[in-house]
Amino acid sequence: MPKTSDRPPDAVPRAAVIASNLSKRFLLRHTHSLKESVIAAFRRRPLSTTFDALNDVSFEICEGESVALLGFNGSGKSTLLKLISGVLQPDGGEVLTRGRVAGLIEVGAGFHPDLSGRENIYLNAAILGMTQKEIDARYDEIVEFSEIGQFIDTEVKHYSSGMFLRLAFSVAIHTEVDILLVDEILSVGDEPFQRKCLEKIRQLHVEGKTLVVVSHDLQMVADLCERAILINKGTVVFDGESHDAVARLRAQ
Amino acid sequence: MTHTASSPDLEGFVRPGKGAGLVDVFNRRYLLSLLVRKEVQVRYRGSALGWLWSYVKPVTQFLVFFIALGVFLQLNNSIPNYPIYLFSGLVVINLFSEAFSNGTKSLVDNAPLIKKIYLPRELFPVSSTLVALVNFIPQVIVLGAVCLLVGWTPSAVQLVGVLLGIVILVVLATGLSMLFGSINVSFRDAQNFVELIVLVATWASPVLYRWTMVAEILPDWLMVLYQINPLTAAVELLHAGFWYPTTDGSAPLPPHLLTFGVIALVISLAMLAFGQFIFRKLERRFAQDL
Repeated sequence: MPKTSDRPPDAVPRAAVIASNLSKRFLLRHTHSLKESVIAAFRRRPLSTTFDALNDVSFEICEGESVALLGFNGSGKSTLLKLISGVLQPDGGEVLTRGRVAGLIEVGAGFHPDLSGRENIYLNAAILGMTQKEIDARYDEIVEFSEIGQFIDTEVKHYSSGMFLRLAFSVAIHTEVDILLVDEILSVGDEPFQRKCLEKIRQLHVEGKTLVVVSHDLQMVADLCERAILINKGTVVFDGESHDAVARLRAQ
Repeated sequence: MTHTASSPDLEGFVRPGKGAGLVDVFNRRYLLSLLVRKEVQVRYRGSALGWLWSYVKPVTQFLVFFIALGVFLQLNNSIPNYPIYLFSGLVVINLFSEAFSNGTKSLVDNAPLIKKIYLPRELFPVSSTLVALVNFIPQVIVLGAVCLLVGWTPSAVQLVGVLLGIVILVVLATGLSMLFGSINVSFRDAQNFVELIVLVATWASPVLYRWTMVAEILPDWLMVLYQINPLTAAVELLHAGFWYPTTDGSAPLPPHLLTFGVIALVISLAMLAFGQFIFRKLERRFAQDL
């Protein structure tokens, strides 16, 4: 897919993500086998109940904007992020995105413990949508950022958990994207590395990438993003300046 | 499309997660090649024999069948070059069953990835088939080497037939793994059912016995059905390429073999289209059901 953020900036910012009347419903099954289903049917118990994770959510995010999704656990933030990345499909409404989307969502999902750091970099960058050329060009940068250095040809299963996360994060943050989805960045590594990550994300923002961030570290998120969308029980309750949103969330 | 009025310029927008199916797999062939390489690399990691295991398994299987059927049931006497006959059929079944059963499980095995990152999910059954194909190549080399030892002089048509047989197997196994793999996401019964199909497949095509033994017993219409089975066509095409040229031709191949080969290819392509259709129907639920 062609990248959009290489184009000269337009006078009027264009939308990068459009969500219109999104809803997502999950089916909770109470029976797990044919036998249980038959028994439940005889006893006239419900076989399943539905749970509305998102209900009629609409917003637009412009190119180059940085937006935080705020809300308590179970409010539907991560579901929303998964709808934008395409992992989940909405049950109502639709999402549209323009440009390449990549997620820093639970980094390390595609890592294989039996492969070396080098092999994992190539595999995961390709999973995140990069071509061989792009990976070759970025490879040294990725290794340097991860601070893995001499261990790059060691199998990842021998890495400490900090090294593992640093490498996984480093691959994800160096992906060629226009829209970056970030879920819980500050669970990565020690404090100096966290600061470095935040710095890198800020730099991407300055370069004109669109950011959508989910985090429970409210202070960090408020400082990083200009705008926040506050979600409660699957509906948007506030959409505006990020510090105001944090204040409203704390008041809830 | 309620928002079109407010933002008319929708050029360049896409719906995330709506891919083009197998076409996307082709577009991301670099990732596909890395996935196949990873699978090949890690399969026997940590075992002392390593890739030798991919020879040990077919050789053991071959010896068991050869001793039981060739020696005890004396097929060795009625079928010329029975070891070659047996092995050229077994490689077909091995390719099919490995591709099919691993392909069916591939989505469940890659659950962490499917739940977190969007990528064309057809990549997983397709890469399982390619890994099976990588595993198949050394077996074919062994088969070819043995054939050469006993004087193998295949014609060009026979070699094209071998290729046709392999294409039938790859297409069929990919289609079936997409069908059963996508059902397996919600109902793990599918993978058990596939084990059954694989078990039956070994016996439902002329791998261990000859087609004439079937033709003597089955009525004509059932025999046509037996021959329409794409696996039967693939097995006979490999017999025609490897085993038949090593014999004196006294044991004939089934008639209209190439016709049945083409029919098998059409059936396999239809299976692939059907598998892709069901896969796309069920795909929207993968990430939440895994």
